[in-house]
Amino acid sequence: MRLVTEPPHTVLRPSSGWVGLNLGELWHSRELLFFLTWRDIKVRYKQTALGAAWAVIQPLLSMLVLTFFFGRLARVPSNNIPYPLFAYSALLPWQLFAYALTESSNSVVVNERLITKVYFPRLVIPLASALAGLVDFTIAFPLVVVMMMWYHIMPTAAFLTLPIFVVFAAAAALAAGLWLCALNVQYRDVRHTLTFIVQFWLFASPVAYPSSLIPARWRPLYGLNPMAGVIEGFRWALLRRVPFPGPMIAVSSFVTTVILVGGLFYFRRMERTFADVV
Amino acid sequence: MSTLAIRCDGLAKQYRIGEREKYKALRDVLTRAIASPVRRARAALSGHSPIGRQQESLIWALQDVSFQIQRGEIVGIIGRNGAGKSTLLKVLSRITQPTRGLGEIWGRVGSLLEIGTGFHPELTGRDNIYLNGAILGMKKEEITRKFDEIVAFSGIEDFIDTPVKRYSSGMYVRLAFAVAAHMEAEILIVDEVLAVGDTQFQKKCLGKMGEVAREGRTVLLVSHNMAAIHALCSRAILLEQGRAVRDGDPLETTRYYLDGFEKQADSGVIDLRSASVPRSGKARLFSELRFKNAAGAPTTAYLCGDDMVLEFDIDPPFTVSDPILFVGVDDSLGRRIFTVSSQYSQSEFPAFERPLTAVCTIPDLCLLPGRYSVSVCVGNPYEWSLDLVVNAASFDVHASDYFGSGRMPPQELGAVLVKSHWRVANGVGPR
Repeated sequence: MRLVTEPPHTVLRPSSGWVGLNLGELWHSRELLFFLTWRDIKVRYKQTALGAAWAVIQPLLSMLVLTFFFGRLARVPSNNIPYPLFAYSALLPWQLFAYALTESSNSVVVNERLITKVYFPRLVIPLASALAGLVDFTIAFPLVVVMMMWYHIMPTAAFLTLPIFVVFAAAAALAAGLWLCALNVQYRDVRHTLTFIVQFWLFASPVAYPSSLIPARWRPLYGLNPMAGVIEGFRWALLRRVPFPGPMIAVSSFVTTVILVGGLFYFRRMERTFADVV
Repeated sequence: MSTLAIRCDGLAKQYRIGEREKYKALRDVLTRAIASPVRRARAALSGHSPIGRQQESLIWALQDVSFQIQRGEIVGIIGRNGAGKSTLLKVLSRITQPTRGLGEIWGRVGSLLEIGTGFHPELTGRDNIYLNGAILGMKKEEITRKFDEIVAFSGIEDFIDTPVKRYSSGMYVRLAFAVAAHMEAEILIVDEVLAVGDTQFQKKCLGKMGEVAREGRTVLLVSHNMAAIHALCSRAILLEQGRAVRDGDPLETTRYYLDGFEKQADSGVIDLRSASVPRSGKARLFSELRFKNAAGAPTTAYLCGDDMVLEFDIDPPFTVSDPILFVGVDDSLGRRIFTVSSQYSQSEFPAFERPLTAVCTIPDLCLLPGRYSVSVCVGNPYEWSLDLVVNAASFDVHASDYFGSGRMPPQELGAVLVKSHWRVANGVGPR
């Protein structure tokens, strides 16, 4: 028998306008977050012949295409880094970002059944989708180490800051994903524009080209694209062949924080109608 | 500490109808977006619907619902489809917010609006127990502790490591209910879950619900199964068009519900004069058929065990000597369940010469719940069917606690309810 304790008291009433984030409740649901992430990961490569190898094949093929067209044909500079390594080191955080962004943007719509049948803090859903992206990243990461050994590039102390940029990429994806998934509930247009958004964002980010192509005084402005800071930071931490892109990273982190916090509040504001509209 | 579990004060919920569909057409959205992008964007960001308000139709799914539920009460919610039952459960389980009013809940709520919510077909039974448990609000440690119990309850030990997509629908339901049944919530909110699964398993579920009740937990249960409501609930609330119109003893409330049904839906009067009524036989004798209950009130809804009264208005165009009346009752599959006749019950009628009304009473209606159709026939020994109207009308039988046990045989074990008495004859028992 459980001891008699004061039962939790819940008040149901209409709310309007902006509401608090209620992070305590979110923390209380961390196990659910874990299970939903675990589900997404487990289901991701079910019934595929190649399984988790896809997580490596995708960035690998992208790297080959970029190397051929941008590296060989267009002779895009790569800051004295061998072009394949230059491309792959950007594709890693990019893949994480693109996957987490797409999945979290669709998450609430995809999990419609859960939303309309059970109550739990709704933030768990886009969070779990974004977190599941980390798995592909983990699988694809060792290849970059192999490539570095191939090209005789030794990691430096900056290597230790890599996790910061990984979290940064996931946060940037979640920041945009929160806005998009809340909008997606009302406007399915989001789903259709998502492919375009991701593609456009890829060209706007220094994946195939270095940000050094952009005049130095505009570079902090380029940081308004959070992925510019993430990718250049990631490359710096991994390869250390470029000076630390401080101002750009500062701008990118600021932008990410603003979008993320705004996204959290916007999501919380919209979530009360999810079950009725989705 | 309060002894209240749930208190609702003027709960109301409004829905916009048709909104869901409107948004899916990209073309419409684009044309509207081009027309007024700024207004739309602003509307989207502020969370308001940008579609012109004048063309929205609003409905109140719940209106001014107030009640209090003490801890340990088992309350049945009944009402027709669309009466607001599911909306009430959704508001109480926090899935959606009320538009007006206030609700208060003391205790951990476990809501079971659908069983198997979040089950993933690719995952194994084992994985799904954890996933579903977590979704229902159970802690991992709690699931692990009860894992064996859950598997045993579901009875699918051998398939626990098989992906759920390979399960039969019965196995799926059993596993899903097993997880739900082991929630440790103080308040259970359950929507029509008892309607699924095979009979054996339904019985198990009913037993589990009774057990939950005895543990002193609070249960809020939506069901169309009146027998279950009678057997399990200490109280029933009737919703009609979003309002709680009746709240009290389950027997009285269900009775009121079934009566009210008929007043609005069907007068129980069937006009047989119309030329469009398909009939065979050489004449048009029946002019009207009326269904009534024992008290003489028109109805087409009965409870198992009710008396059914049929009144026939007969308008003979010629004299019918030695008339005999037949009433045949078919179930929804078209199987003849029984036929009654004035002939078998030795009721001799005088010759039908002028308009008259014949009354047939079928006491103690021993039919299983369901919809039945009635065929009527008038004839005489010289011509069996002077006027035969096949499927002239239909009536409904609703479950009641016919045997006083809260149980009823399933459809596949027969079509009628027959009472029986049991005892053990050997030993020291009375002879």
